[in-house]
Amino acid sequence: MMDFSLAGAFRFWQRNLLLFRRVFPYTLPENFLEPMLYLLALGLGLGAYLREIQGLPYTAFVGTGLAASAAMFGATFECTYNAYVQFYYNRSYDAVVTTPLSPEDVAVGEVLWGATRSLLYGTAFLTVLAVFGVVRSPWALLLPAVFFTGGLVFSALALAFTAVTPSIDLFPYYFSLWVTPMFMFSGIFFPLDALPGWVQDAAWFTPLYHLVRCTRAFAFGTPLGAVGDLAWLGVVALALLPVPAVLLRRRMVQ
Amino acid sequence: MAVVEAQDLVKRFGRVVAVDGLSFEVREGECYGFLGPNGAGKTTTLRMVCCTARPTEGVLRVFGLDVRRHPRQVKAQLGVVHQAVTLDDALTVRENLVVYGRYFGLSWAEARRRAEELLAFAELEGRAEDRIARLSGGMQRRLMIARALMANPRLLVLDEPTTGLDPHARHAVWDRLRQLKRAGVTQILTTHYMEEAEQLCDRVAIVDRGRIVAEGPPRALVERYAGREVVELRGAEDGVLAHALAGLAEGVEVANDRVFLHTQDGEELVHRVRALRLPVEAVVLRRATLEDVFLRLTGRRLRE
Repeated sequence: MMDFSLAGAFRFWQRNLLLFRRVFPYTLPENFLEPMLYLLALGLGLGAYLREIQGLPYTAFVGTGLAASAAMFGATFECTYNAYVQFYYNRSYDAVVTTPLSPEDVAVGEVLWGATRSLLYGTAFLTVLAVFGVVRSPWALLLPAVFFTGGLVFSALALAFTAVTPSIDLFPYYFSLWVTPMFMFSGIFFPLDALPGWVQDAAWFTPLYHLVRCTRAFAFGTPLGAVGDLAWLGVVALALLPVPAVLLRRRMVQ
Repeated sequence: MAVVEAQDLVKRFGRVVAVDGLSFEVREGECYGFLGPNGAGKTTTLRMVCCTARPTEGVLRVFGLDVRRHPRQVKAQLGVVHQAVTLDDALTVRENLVVYGRYFGLSWAEARRRAEELLAFAELEGRAEDRIARLSGGMQRRLMIARALMANPRLLVLDEPTTGLDPHARHAVWDRLRQLKRAGVTQILTTHYMEEAEQLCDRVAIVDRGRIVAEGPPRALVERYAGREVVELRGAEDGVLAHALAGLAEGVEVANDRVFLHTQDGEELVHRVRALRLPVEAVVLRRATLEDVFLRLTGRRLRE
């Protein structure tokens, strides 16, 4: 039995927003400074040798890819460690499910919040790129919505894992076996063309690959090339949204 | 109409039977308590009332609504004080109240106004901007109660409201709960402190192993099952002693190195016990309590 209310999910989202005003300075190193370091190191270091990839200056190529991964990490940290600590240690979720809100409201509110963090970090990173003239197209103004859509997928997957994991010690598996491989093989640092065909096939099934393609397409004014990728993200987001809701209900209401 | 109505309520977790056929009724305006040791099924019963555990069998209605079918409507009328501290520690005291009020659909303005009233009620006005970690255990518990009152609940559900508090903080919580009862708020609580049950509850259900073994007003239960007074022999070596005392009192219970004699006339009994010159450390006369009732009915003590 599912019991979901959009108003309830929105109220939980508002709660997270209020909490975020307190904690966001602590999220900046991981979610903002780290991708900046990658950009500086690779853009300046590697970019000195590698002038162009797929017709783009290397800094522009890797920068847009890193904007997409910043969106992924924002949602993923929120819906893994952050959600876990509030759920199991602070027991905040226990308090929420004895109010009119249902576990489904909490799950969807949390996923919407994770996607909001994707939007915030992706856009912040993109803004820096724009300030340095890397991003050129007005189509880039649509990217916050694209980051949000991708963030729904990352959040739903992460929260589903959080809802079933027996221990916080298992999160390193989620990162090492899923998040890091995506980060490496989604075309952020290099195109996948040179890799074996099966790597490209596998990449198609991962959300970050599509978000990277969308980000480049919108940032450089060729949105038509990414319509399929955007559709992939939208469809998968809708399909996955009920999964953490069902799992969290199972965990919270026995 | 009863506020809470349970008939033959059963809850199993896998093969473990947590609640094994409870029937009870909580009436409008009363404070109803579940008294029993850890693992008796008290918390599970409250979780079913709060709709976070689904009954396996039986009927459970809150405000006449089936908890299985109308959890949202039931929960909208509850104020819940959990056993663990479930406050948001990244938020201030005031924000905790306001955010909680929002879950019940209060507007921001309403929630802020209500939060000010309840800060006064909990005597936390001076701490409104503090983070949760800066509050003492007693303040956190008062804040939990204040938070539960944000949406003017018709039923307050309290799971061991004073466990872990020092005596002063405990009395401060009891004062608040009595004040709420005078204001007409129905309360249902669990405790394993007999004193708490006697102080707060109009009626208690003594639960053991998922079943109610006795129910009624605390004093009436004590009179019925434990008599008026208890003569307690401390440091008694073995059960042979109890045997020697069997004829003296209306009831004799043994728990570890103590023997309890139930009687209507304690002083007289003390004289007779002393006259026996038994090898015990002390003979003490005291008022009978719910602890004695529990021992009498289950053969075990509430808190070992």
